[in-house]
Amino acid sequence: MTAETTKAKLAVKNLNFYYGNFHALKNINLNIREGKVTAFIGPSGCGKSTLLRTFNRMYELYPKLRAEGEILLNGNNILDRGVDLNMLRAKVGMVFQKPTPFPMSIYDNIAFGVKLYESLSKSEMDDRVEWALSKAALWNEAKDKLRQSGLGLSGGQQQRLCIARAIAVKPEVLLLDEPTSALDPISTAHIEELVHELKRDYTIAIVTHNMQQAARVSDYTAYMYLGELVEVGETDTIFTTPTKKATEDYITGKFG
Amino acid sequence: MLSIYARRRFVNFISLSLSVLAMLFGLFWLAWILYTLFKNGFGSLNLVLFTQTTPAPGSAGGLSNAIIGSLSMSVVGTLVGTPIGILAGTYLAEFGDRGWLAPVTRFINDILLSAPSIVIGLFMYEVYVVHTGHFSGWAGALALAILVIPVVVRTTESMLRLVPHSMREAAYALGAPQWKMTLQVTLRAAKAGVVTGVILAVARIVGETAPLLFTSLNNQFYSNMNQPMANLPVVIFQFAMSPYEDWHNLAWAGSLLIGLFVLVMNVLARTLIKPQQQH
Repeated sequence: MTAETTKAKLAVKNLNFYYGNFHALKNINLNIREGKVTAFIGPSGCGKSTLLRTFNRMYELYPKLRAEGEILLNGNNILDRGVDLNMLRAKVGMVFQKPTPFPMSIYDNIAFGVKLYESLSKSEMDDRVEWALSKAALWNEAKDKLRQSGLGLSGGQQQRLCIARAIAVKPEVLLLDEPTSALDPISTAHIEELVHELKRDYTIAIVTHNMQQAARVSDYTAYMYLGELVEVGETDTIFTTPTKKATEDYITGKFG
Repeated sequence: MLSIYARRRFVNFISLSLSVLAMLFGLFWLAWILYTLFKNGFGSLNLVLFTQTTPAPGSAGGLSNAIIGSLSMSVVGTLVGTPIGILAGTYLAEFGDRGWLAPVTRFINDILLSAPSIVIGLFMYEVYVVHTGHFSGWAGALALAILVIPVVVRTTESMLRLVPHSMREAAYALGAPQWKMTLQVTLRAAKAGVVTGVILAVARIVGETAPLLFTSLNNQFYSNMNQPMANLPVVIFQFAMSPYEDWHNLAWAGSLLIGLFVLVMNVLARTLIKPQQQH
């Protein structure tokens, strides 16, 4: 692995994941570095989303899915049985492929998550909502309609609302699962700029189908194929001089 | 190639025509029913209908006791049945994915949904009327509540299942516990549909006669819920079967009232569900 400049926020060790009998992730070892953006690329079905969803144990919602191995968040194994899932998800936020605003006002969308962990006064909550919306570059567009439904926003705005909702809880890690694949190019550019801004405060892991996007936004890139981690390294290196032939073939479009 | 296209157009024309005919056929009976109700009932619609109680044959009177009785029992039936129905439907949709309890409940609910309402009436007669020794408004209301439950369970579950799963995941990803996710996110997303289900259940029970025959029976006067209670369907039933002309007119007026009420309820349900479909 490349230069150990920053410490690992998430350390994945010998991770195996199963959908029933299907072995979806095979012995994954990888560090997600603090304050950096790590992108996961690879063809459909390679396991990149599955890997992302182990970081907040989202897979627990469904029967017959299980993970083996270790994922250390700040040195503590989050796969331990005793881990409080809700507290884990407070530390590891997630934004999904499709924007998923709740059927409530923009303000309440943000406040929903915050109220789960903190009891703030009205003015503190107002500040938090403004802070989160500003961070997500949505404040200027939304400040006059905080009481209107979040469903009334455009797709790109909805996705930024979801990002604001995730960061309002003040997580340490932000997981982005193909956050722009349902958005137009302008909205995508907005989100990508946002990722640049956010990495100052958060550790970010992003799954993307778009290799240019990985090249643009990430510091580290991991290439996955058929449930295996083929190669991980600094994004510049991966895209210019990958060590593995398979990575090069995928990146240059010979395959995938 | 042209012949394939011509054939496709022809088949399209045929199926469209058949569909329109079927629609017109259905609509025709509905229009006829409404027309008959208006023709026979509209003449008897007046203020007396709402102020005076059901008369003896030959004397003047209205339907006020039956209207109040129907409203009281329907309101109580809805108030008792709705919370049970919504909670059970929520369980089936949100909590019942694992285990045997939910499939069994769903199966029984489907049976209850299609159970003849006279069976419900007999059941309530056996467990309530026999024990209290007399017919009563409460027995009628409880019989109606049993009719409300399966309708509300079914619609609540279907409407919650329409909420995209991504919405649930998003709430879980924030660390929301399941009850909070259900209460504040999915039930809220399904609100219009759930309310529609309740309205449809109300529309169903106001016209029910069979369950009331064995429970509230009828009353010529105003009564409280502990006594036999007048109600529109049973009054219509008795008056329409009588040989008296003025009773017939009252029966038609009562039928028109119920018909209009059900129509309004359904229109209300339609308008409620509409804004949700636009998303």
